[in-house]
Amino acid sequence: MTELAPIIPASVKAFDVERVREDFPALHQDVHGKPLVYLDSAATTLKPQSVIDAVDQVYARDCANIHRAVHLLSQRATAQFEEAREKVRAFLNASKTTEIVFTRGTTEAINLVAQSWGRGALRDGDEVLVTELEHHSNIVPWQLLCQQTGAKLVVVPMTDRGEILREAFEQSLSERTRLVAMAHVSNALGTVLPVTELISLAHERGALVLLDGAQAVSHVDVDVHALDCDFYAFSGHKLYGPTGIGVLYGKERLLEEMPPYQGGGDMIRSVTFEETIYNDLPYKFEAGTPHIAGAVGLGAAIDYFSSFDAGLIHAHENAVLRYATEALEAVPGLRVVGTAPGKVAALSFLMESAHPHDIGTVVDAEGVAIRTGHHCAQPVMEHFGIAATARASLGMYNSFGDIDALVTALRKVQELFG
Amino acid sequence: MDLRELYQEVILDHGKNPRNHRFPDPSNREGRGYNPLCGDKITLRLQLDGETISDVGFIGQGCAISQAACSTMTEAVKGKTVPEFEALFDKFHSMVTGDEATEDELDALGKLAVFAGVREFPMRVKCATLGWHTLKQALHDEGSEAKTE
Repeated sequence: MTELAPIIPASVKAFDVERVREDFPALHQDVHGKPLVYLDSAATTLKPQSVIDAVDQVYARDCANIHRAVHLLSQRATAQFEEAREKVRAFLNASKTTEIVFTRGTTEAINLVAQSWGRGALRDGDEVLVTELEHHSNIVPWQLLCQQTGAKLVVVPMTDRGEILREAFEQSLSERTRLVAMAHVSNALGTVLPVTELISLAHERGALVLLDGAQAVSHVDVDVHALDCDFYAFSGHKLYGPTGIGVLYGKERLLEEMPPYQGGGDMIRSVTFEETIYNDLPYKFEAGTPHIAGAVGLGAAIDYFSSFDAGLIHAHENAVLRYATEALEAVPGLRVVGTAPGKVAALSFLMESAHPHDIGTVVDAEGVAIRTGHHCAQPVMEHFGIAATARASLGMYNSFGDIDALVTALRKVQELFG
Repeated sequence: MDLRELYQEVILDHGKNPRNHRFPDPSNREGRGYNPLCGDKITLRLQLDGETISDVGFIGQGCAISQAACSTMTEAVKGKTVPEFEALFDKFHSMVTGDEATEDELDALGKLAVFAGVREFPMRVKCATLGWHTLKQALHDEGSEAKTE
């Protein structure tokens, strides 16, 4: 396979997967006496050394609370925390840092919108539109909201290839649709939704749009300005950053109108027992001491990711995915679940001879880490009439050799159960 | 890690061809088991005559471990009394979750001793115990769902 050398600025590293692998210490270990082959990045990505160092440095040197004290450590911690917010802003191409709210992760970001925006905005009979391929975290918060407000949850059906088509989406929209909450990329199947088109359809009908970007941020370009989405949620730990930190982007005008999600310190300007005046954006939504080291670590992860040409990362991952798809489809009795054109980074599959759980255990013994189960997307499993799949998912550090190791391990499954 | 310790021939055989994979007729007790970790579901029915489990069978889908454990269990408990089942449940449970079983303890479990290797695979303990929890629940609390938690 020959690739033309792309023209890129000197500050941007060319993509060399072997060099990338050097940056991820967790890859350099044996499990069950075999070299680790990590194919579970859709669950969480491994972390580069620079992220680990950034988190470490917060606790080892700049350990202080933010937005509080005048002492030097607090100044340093505050500066790094706010620099991280600016890095997120630039990464998403949002206009202002006031639109970037730190959360615990995608789940909390979605719950924030459901409760803060939804409880005030929805009336009995209004509709929230989700798709059939959502992760549970983009279903359950809306079910809770519907129970609280009398609104109705409407579901856009997906095709048997795992796609959400424009026609089905349009048919599911109604005059009562107030919000569309959908994945940018499916976690179980790897489908990329045609979000630009769907967002404009929703806006034509006067509905807001929240995108669950958990699986998207590391695999496709995200530009909230170009997308014109109203909210965008993602988790740091699926972008090579720490767990426990995530982001809600929201258009300023919407965030301004929304009441606080949680009450506490840092989200107030003044408090008396008679009246509390809330802080400005984004602090209004950041009650209590945040995950400071997590935010700084996420900033470092964005720095790391942005030191490459994202197009080269995506091209590399897509090449590995194509290779994996062909290699797996050549395994007798193996069936890929989710075959949408243009899908990214995840391969769900079934084997005739073995249940996904048994596949997972056997390949683990060969050092290969994959995910098995319903992937927190039980409606997707229901669609295909199955309880679970095995899923191999990719990160920027996966090589063709990793896929060869998976295929070798799957041969062991066949030997045992075939 | 030796996978053959986990996937013994008996387990592979029962996993592929589970015994008593049907509902007994008549039956007067039912239990439903669900493993939220993997989505495996089984429904188990039995005929309880006085204190004796006269017949038992199950329908469901799952991994080799859960199917084989359920299958061998139905063979082992048929004809046993409820207290005898309880005693066997405790022995099986401690074999897959507790300290390594002694030779005597393994002998007492007979064919069920093939599941001794499961204790080396903590993520799979729930697979092995799903059927057992479901039967226990069917005997004691008809109608609710057994969890492996």
